[in-house]
Amino acid sequence: MTTISNTISTASVESRSGRRFVTARRVRAALVAFLLPIGLIATWWIASDRGWLPEQILPSPAYVYSTLVEMIGSGEILYHAGVSLRRVVTGFFFGAVVGLALGMGMGLSQRIDDYVRPLFLAFAQIPTLGWIPLLMLIFGIGETLKIIVIAKGALVPMAMNTSAGIRSVPADLVEVGHALRFTRWQTLRLIVLPGAAPAVFTGIRYGLTHSWTALVGVELLASSEGLGYLLVWGRQMFWLDVVMVAMIAIGLIGFAMDKGLDVSENYLQRWKHGEAD
Amino acid sequence: MSIQTVLQTRRAVKIRRGLTIPLLLLIAWEVSSRTGIVDPRFLPSLENVFLTAKRELIDNDLIGELGVSLFRNIAGFLIGSVIGVVFATLLALSRIADALITPSFNGLKQISLLAWIPLISIWFGFGEQAKIVFVAIAAFVPVVLNTYEGMRNAPRDLIEVGHALKFTPFQQITRIFLPSALPSIATGVHLGLIYSWLATVGAEYFLAIGRGVGSLIIAGREHFDMALVMVGVFILGLVGFALNRLAATAEAYLLRWRVTSE
Repeated sequence: MTTISNTISTASVESRSGRRFVTARRVRAALVAFLLPIGLIATWWIASDRGWLPEQILPSPAYVYSTLVEMIGSGEILYHAGVSLRRVVTGFFFGAVVGLALGMGMGLSQRIDDYVRPLFLAFAQIPTLGWIPLLMLIFGIGETLKIIVIAKGALVPMAMNTSAGIRSVPADLVEVGHALRFTRWQTLRLIVLPGAAPAVFTGIRYGLTHSWTALVGVELLASSEGLGYLLVWGRQMFWLDVVMVAMIAIGLIGFAMDKGLDVSENYLQRWKHGEAD
Repeated sequence: MSIQTVLQTRRAVKIRRGLTIPLLLLIAWEVSSRTGIVDPRFLPSLENVFLTAKRELIDNDLIGELGVSLFRNIAGFLIGSVIGVVFATLLALSRIADALITPSFNGLKQISLLAWIPLISIWFGFGEQAKIVFVAIAAFVPVVLNTYEGMRNAPRDLIEVGHALKFTPFQQITRIFLPSALPSIATGVHLGLIYSWLATVGAEYFLAIGRGVGSLIIAGREHFDMALVMVGVFILGLVGFALNRLAATAEAYLLRWRVTSE
């Protein structure tokens, strides 16, 4: 009894001190990581302060910061970010649903795969960006164009990964299903879809990244609002501070979306880790 | 023999099925443009597209435009991937560099590639230099990520053998880290090639001064010349396909030792 409690208490002490050690190391790593950005900003500050480069080429960091604060305060950046986010969510949703359906079709039926895949691959060869001028001629420069371009960005990785995921479900498992006399629906729901889930997630992830890139592209070429428009507008006015603020917003949102997917993927697939332990 | 015939018929079925939808689409296209159901400005007839392709190819030096685009693509790609491999080697092998630079790199990487274009155009203008810089950035990122990953996963045993044999740092890099990271580097370079083509197209769209297939498409859009846009987009796809194939073949060739060693 005592030995057990002893081992438990020592174990917990050990892990606690270990954690403290890890935290200390993390803090140090974070401090070191900030050295470079701080150094760069300091150089940037000196460069603009001494006027080494013209204001249009390199505005001072203080100026960029005040623009950032001003644009947050006026709600301008939030407005444009909101417009961009709405577009991405809508476009991504359509693209992901169609891509999922297409990928499932191609993964489940050899016939559909034979019919669709060659044409699909041919279309997928053309970069999403490449389609924009063509689609602009057909759909104009309205919201439809943006949604279609963003949806196309999500569709390809979604369909590819879903079909590959379904194909890679072990044949043994499907046979077990046969032996248990599963109906087709049961096989699909209990064996094929869970087996394909990790690949589908990869598809969602790439799809969202591609959608976000496509959004920036389409907003750069044809838009009157949104973060991409902010970039173009700042560029035309030679307001580099606005360009930089828009870039920061684009980076932050991209990062947040990726992190959000990461967390939800881990959450949804927690059964997998539980099984492995 | 019988298996072979089965295979052949299976293949024949695949080809027949694969061609069905494209052929149907082509027929629908031709019929609708001939009968005038669809405005020919939106959907020019196949003949028109062919004639445009011929005109561009023979009279307007399409090959030259393609050459300009490919040159930018390859130049940017080479610069980006060579710097990328060196940079990633530094990060993977030096703890100080890793701690200092990797977090900043990961932060900057979050910014979507195309968002760099306005900044680049202010710093480098709209000319050749700006385009090549942009293409180089596009190739740089995936090459760094994959090379870094590959070097980090170099087998411990090998590194220890290197220590035991008293390899110089240079020998460690050329004999241990680079060879064992080669598959990852190949993946990175492959991705870099795809991204750099995307970036070439992007650079020509957004920094639309000068020649190139992208500029041709933009010109076609401005003149509402759908046939020209279609020809351009088709070429984009063709080049993308060719580059992808080239990379896959090169990858298989360079990594052939892996298959035999396993």
